[in-house]
Amino acid sequence: MMWLDRPATDTQITHRSRLWLYALAVVLFAFLIVPTLIVIPMSFSESQYLEFPPRSLSLRWYETYFNSRSWMQATATSFKAAALTVVVATPLGTIAAYGLYNAELATARLVSLLLVTPIVIPVILVGTAIFYAYVKLKMVNSLIGVVLAHSILAIPIVIMIVTSALKSFDMNQERVARSLGASRIEAFFMVVLPQIKFAILTAAVLSFLTSFDEVIVSLFVSGGENSTLTRNMFAALRDQIDPTIAAISTMMIVVTSVLLALAQLFGQQSKR
Amino acid sequence: MSATVQATASLSNDHAAALSKDRLIERWLMLSLAAPALLLVLVCLLVPVAWLFYMSFYTDGGQATLVNYQRLVEQPSYARIFWTTFEVSVLTTGICAVLGYPLAYFMSQLSTRAANLCMIAVLLPFWTSLLVRTYAWLVLLQRSGLINSWGMQLGLWSEPLPLVNNMAGTLIGMVHIMLPFIVLPLYGSMRAIDRTLLQAAANLGAGPVQSFWRVFLPLSLPGLTGGVLIVFILCLGFYVTPEVLGGGRVIMVSSRIASDIDTFLNWGSASALGAVLLVLTFLLLWIASRVAKGFSLFGAGH
Repeated sequence: MMWLDRPATDTQITHRSRLWLYALAVVLFAFLIVPTLIVIPMSFSESQYLEFPPRSLSLRWYETYFNSRSWMQATATSFKAAALTVVVATPLGTIAAYGLYNAELATARLVSLLLVTPIVIPVILVGTAIFYAYVKLKMVNSLIGVVLAHSILAIPIVIMIVTSALKSFDMNQERVARSLGASRIEAFFMVVLPQIKFAILTAAVLSFLTSFDEVIVSLFVSGGENSTLTRNMFAALRDQIDPTIAAISTMMIVVTSVLLALAQLFGQQSKR
Repeated sequence: MSATVQATASLSNDHAAALSKDRLIERWLMLSLAAPALLLVLVCLLVPVAWLFYMSFYTDGGQATLVNYQRLVEQPSYARIFWTTFEVSVLTTGICAVLGYPLAYFMSQLSTRAANLCMIAVLLPFWTSLLVRTYAWLVLLQRSGLINSWGMQLGLWSEPLPLVNNMAGTLIGMVHIMLPFIVLPLYGSMRAIDRTLLQAAANLGAGPVQSFWRVFLPLSLPGLTGGVLIVFILCLGFYVTPEVLGGGRVIMVSSRIASDIDTFLNWGSASALGAVLLVLTFLLLWIASRVAKGFSLFGAGH
């Protein structure tokens, strides 16, 4: 084990005297990763109780989930809400980011500050405030209400991603297009949009996930027929632990991973 | 002749005026593109938040009053809630700093490639649903859970430890969620440290320990303060984890706001608590923006 006595850094410290650091890093990485992954094998357990490792395998908790009307309805609501959030938040956030980036006005800074407040205000207050507004607007427990609430949370994320893409895009290209006779709108769709489309796609994926994973605001503004999956999961976690949730969690992990992998794939393409 | 020159000059003046007017119009046109998003955020969030804030100073009958705040000061149950919130936030932040600092240090010493691999592990929790992770901890920490059964098999303890439905469970869950938020800014600031400074310290006769304390640590402090502030701010408003892993025994400000509205429909009390939480959060954000240079809520890589 010669390696242990070699210096690890510029400060002459050896690997041997830093073994504690490596051990700690391993433990912390395990601490970060294991709890998430352990849910997957548990969801295939035959037992009625949660056990790890599962003694015998079965799909019974998936069956319970797929045969449950309320879980299915909640899942449908979550997917609908997330898809509609993408439809609302991505264009609104994109044109806002484009406009704010090009409007060289002091007011633009203020507007961008206002537009990112939803991620700075504690979520519980976002939930109560939106609930309060919805009581007045008679929008509690409606799908459109959930979509607008989730869009408010997704818009800042879209703005941040699109703005950073615009920063790496040379605006002169747009000027060239306009000097060659393209209108502002034509220039946007023919020159700017193709170059930032992968950022917009990433923003769309993250909007979807923001809505799909959102718990607290949904707790306040969704209910009845329009309960989201996370709302029902949260209620179930408070009341009883049931392996069905392990099955649902596993599927949520799959949905999230697939979407993020797609975003990553497109991101890679855009770099080429 | 001079008249022509004058005419040209005034024409170009007109042109310049017209052009700058055009540019101004265009800028406002650009700004107006943000209007739909702004309208949504204003109508559904900012106006209601302001309204809640305003309402906290009035009784149900519409009289100006400080009664909602008086209650916060006078009733011992609120003092307990504030104390719990503070305790959970300070402990979580402290544990995250103590664990996150060496982890970020370790990662900053690796090659970029290896560090990127480790980054996946740090970011994995970000990518998985908060509920899924909370659920996983509920399962791991329960009486017959993996941690208790392994601990007993190994003979570390003989009775199942109460790890869930209490402060311990809440802290474990919170640290798991908050750790990445402190590792990211720390890692960023450590990567930026110029390694030759450490060589210089060594050249000047500093031992490894001394050069760490007197060179590396001070240079990584902005990242640490940034991370600590982010985690503390996030902890103050946390809801899901204490609610589920605390099993009703760890009641933080957020839980109380939710139950005030959910079960009691007591808007007065909820709005006052919310106002305190909001002011505290903005105060801390303001401090963060002053203390940590280039501070951003999302740290590096988010």
